[in-house]
Amino acid sequence: MIRFDRVGVTYDGSESPALRDVSLRIEEGELCLVIGHTGSGKSTLLGAVNGLVPHFTGGTLSGRVVAAGRDTALYKPRELADVVGVVGQDPLSGFVTDTVEEELAYTMEQLAIPSAAMRARLEETLDLLGIADLRHRALRTLSGGQQQRVAIGSALTAHPRILVLDEPTSALDPTSAEDVLAAITRLVHDLGVTVVLAEHRLERVSPYADRVIYLAGDGTVAQGRPDDILGAAEIRPPVVELGKLAGWEPLPLSVRDARRAAVRLRQQLPGTPPLPCRPTRTGQASPAVVAASGVVVRYGPLVAVRAASLTLHGGECTALMGRNGSGKSSLLWALQGTGGRAAGTVSVGTAGTDPARLPPARARQLVGLVPQTPADLLYLDTVEAELDQADRDVSSNRPAGIAEPARDILDRIAPGMPADAHPRDLSAGQQLALVLAIQLTAAPAAILLDEPTRGLDYQAKAGLIRILDQLAARGHAVVVATHDVEFVTRACDRVVVMAEGEIVTDGPATRVLTASPTFAPQIAKILAPLPYLTEAQVAAGMDRVAVS
Amino acid sequence: MTRTRPVGRAPRYRPTLWSPGGRLPRLLHPVAWWIWALSLGVAASRTTNPLLLLMILAVLGVVVALRRGDAPWARGYRYYLFMALAVIVIRVVFRIIFESGVTPGDFILFRLPRVPMPSWYAGIQIGGPVSSEAVLSAALDGARLACLLCCIGAANTLANPKRALRVLPSALYELGVAVTVALSVAPQLVDSVQRVRRARRLRGGGNRGLRALRAVAVPVLHDALERSLLLAASMDARGYGRTGTATRASRRLTAVLLLTGMAGLSVGAYALLDAGAPAGLGLGGFAAGAVACVAGLALGGRRVSRTHYRPDPWRWPEWVVTACGLVSAVGLCVSAGYNAAVLNPSVYPLHWPSLPLVPAIAILSAALAAVVAPSPPAPATHAEVEPQRHTVVRDLAGAAR
Repeated sequence: MIRFDRVGVTYDGSESPALRDVSLRIEEGELCLVIGHTGSGKSTLLGAVNGLVPHFTGGTLSGRVVAAGRDTALYKPRELADVVGVVGQDPLSGFVTDTVEEELAYTMEQLAIPSAAMRARLEETLDLLGIADLRHRALRTLSGGQQQRVAIGSALTAHPRILVLDEPTSALDPTSAEDVLAAITRLVHDLGVTVVLAEHRLERVSPYADRVIYLAGDGTVAQGRPDDILGAAEIRPPVVELGKLAGWEPLPLSVRDARRAAVRLRQQLPGTPPLPCRPTRTGQASPAVVAASGVVVRYGPLVAVRAASLTLHGGECTALMGRNGSGKSSLLWALQGTGGRAAGTVSVGTAGTDPARLPPARARQLVGLVPQTPADLLYLDTVEAELDQADRDVSSNRPAGIAEPARDILDRIAPGMPADAHPRDLSAGQQLALVLAIQLTAAPAAILLDEPTRGLDYQAKAGLIRILDQLAARGHAVVVATHDVEFVTRACDRVVVMAEGEIVTDGPATRVLTASPTFAPQIAKILAPLPYLTEAQVAAGMDRVAVS
Repeated sequence: MTRTRPVGRAPRYRPTLWSPGGRLPRLLHPVAWWIWALSLGVAASRTTNPLLLLMILAVLGVVVALRRGDAPWARGYRYYLFMALAVIVIRVVFRIIFESGVTPGDFILFRLPRVPMPSWYAGIQIGGPVSSEAVLSAALDGARLACLLCCIGAANTLANPKRALRVLPSALYELGVAVTVALSVAPQLVDSVQRVRRARRLRGGGNRGLRALRAVAVPVLHDALERSLLLAASMDARGYGRTGTATRASRRLTAVLLLTGMAGLSVGAYALLDAGAPAGLGLGGFAAGAVACVAGLALGGRRVSRTHYRPDPWRWPEWVVTACGLVSAVGLCVSAGYNAAVLNPSVYPLHWPSLPLVPAIAILSAALAAVVAPSPPAPATHAEVEPQRHTVVRDLAGAAR
């Protein structure tokens, strides 16, 4: 269905090719998963399928790409629109019209499909993706998962034989992501559509994949059966890690297969893990840094946060979880003092100062917040200039001067970032580190991060965990709003779960994460009822078994 | 208008002009509303008779009140009314301040102190006597303009502007797309500005001054640029501009034809509306412009192959609405059966204007649109009925499996 023949792609102005000598075949009806680190060429590979690379992006493509029998050298992306459907990362910026029905019809209108056929196809697509009740809604008012399903639907109405999806679930909460992935697998199984899918969160999709393409990062590609590739690749989901550790053959890819293989392991492992899932900090008597009680945030008639009370301690990393729209962001902004707060109190430090009563420049010296899109804070031309500006901002507002220059902080948390790079050219992980360094220059007692894991790959997440550990060790109170259970397992000591603006659960990470099977990391799901959360714990447990 | 490539032949139900269902709740074809409203506008431009103008306003009011939908654009009619009022007020105030139109023998209402002007600027006088005749004629002139404004407002209120854009000939399709994209991107831009301004406070910055402007503008513009690139890629991947295979010569010819056509139409429209211009110029310019435009659109549309989802049908209510609008225009343009002077009653001497029968009936006939046009679909029924219908469909599909 898709054939790459010794394909190489070099973008204008870059020395090394983004892809080199790539040859692959993707057969009809396969779900093909493309994995690799950020910047390894995933988007280039996907864009080459329908000719957006190089027709739209520029650059040089050598070799041949044939999709559904059409050579992309001869056909432009628009002439492939009837055989290749494309869905991007951010559905909202790809929408041309503003209501669901019109958006679904758009591709068909361009393909000149007669109106009677168009209506029939549109109704089928609405039902196929379960979005019939949204048909008259404005696209902007939909949730992220609904928008993504509409985007998939608008590609599907053209009846393409290939569907290309570039990280369709990276911006979604787990439930919406499940909806989208369920829709995608239904397309593969019921309609035989060939799907090419790039995804960071391997644990979500690896069970469904028929084939995996791994981009090593130097432009070369390895492809094959999922268990072969995932077993050898640098990036792999926890279930594969566990399988390799236990030496299971064939390597399980889904929790179900792994549970069946783990019967013996569950009997052997000691009842309590010999290691805690995170190293416990010595000197736990940390003071309360932020004490909030009865915080209410409302937008007109909508109550976003309903009388939430929360105490944050220095040296503790807290995860704030809950589905989209449960009030996580509103709570963070209210704690920082910049967001609205209709009722309740927030007091920071021993003096019990309320940051909302201070001017912004002083409030950020109490509580720092990194917003969902960190790039919103960056407006200068180089990393250097941003760091200098951060120093100036702080020294002009603080009698004691700066505790530590921004450059030093950045070198500590993310060493080796080029000073003359443009902030917009940095990867998502680097931008996050830069903004974090800028916010830390003000030396806040508490630092809040709103969905920092969005769009980060495994490497960047590991880097973020190191940074957060460092911050906690220096006595900051850290809060991370996130959906990523695997990340929370490794990064956080405490988990707070919100629903409909209320705090539902608040407790140690180990207890909260193992309490419910749906909310648990993969290893906990496989080894339940044993309270193991990470491979390190399992490895230690196995050592214990081997010794005795 | 658009040629469709046949992609499989499905047995299809073609609603004919007289098929039942013409008056089921739906939105009337936007072109019908525009013709109707513009015809009333032509009628309004022919008269300063306050009684006729009031009748036109009443007709507009009744039709708008009965036949507008529930969409955002449909709630804007009162802003046009405010604008209309402002036009009258401005006209009268100017007439009062700049003494003009006062003839000897007028009834002087009051006198404003005169501002002495330099001798080289003698054409305009500020202050002086204000007569009731001058004020009244200014008000009537203003009322005519206000009435025209209300006609445009009514068309915008009654016809969905997005659906009106879809009626554009395919040669102008790109223009329509640009407007649609702008309409959907504008709110995103507002969101983006709000988000960045809020985020800026996290860095301790204020929202005033040049630096703040840069700190907000740079991220917003970066965002907008990124989004427009993504949108362009998405449109390309979805087949936008698939068959744009016009040669350069044919594109140029299309442009020339359209431009001359537009110029002809403007000249013609101006001459037709201005009672003082020779009738030949008006009709001739109009006809020549129309021919050039149609030719240009046909030439431009030849290269396009595209279809419309749910095209608006044109059935008998559309015909009737169009016709009753045209009747009102013709009734006031062709002065048959009444004395043309009653359309523009003189204010010398001041007297109560008479109501000519034929023009009055012509204008009233336009009110027929309120009865003939189908009522707009109720928005609440969408929300309530649709999900039920589709659960039924899904249940049936489930049962079949």
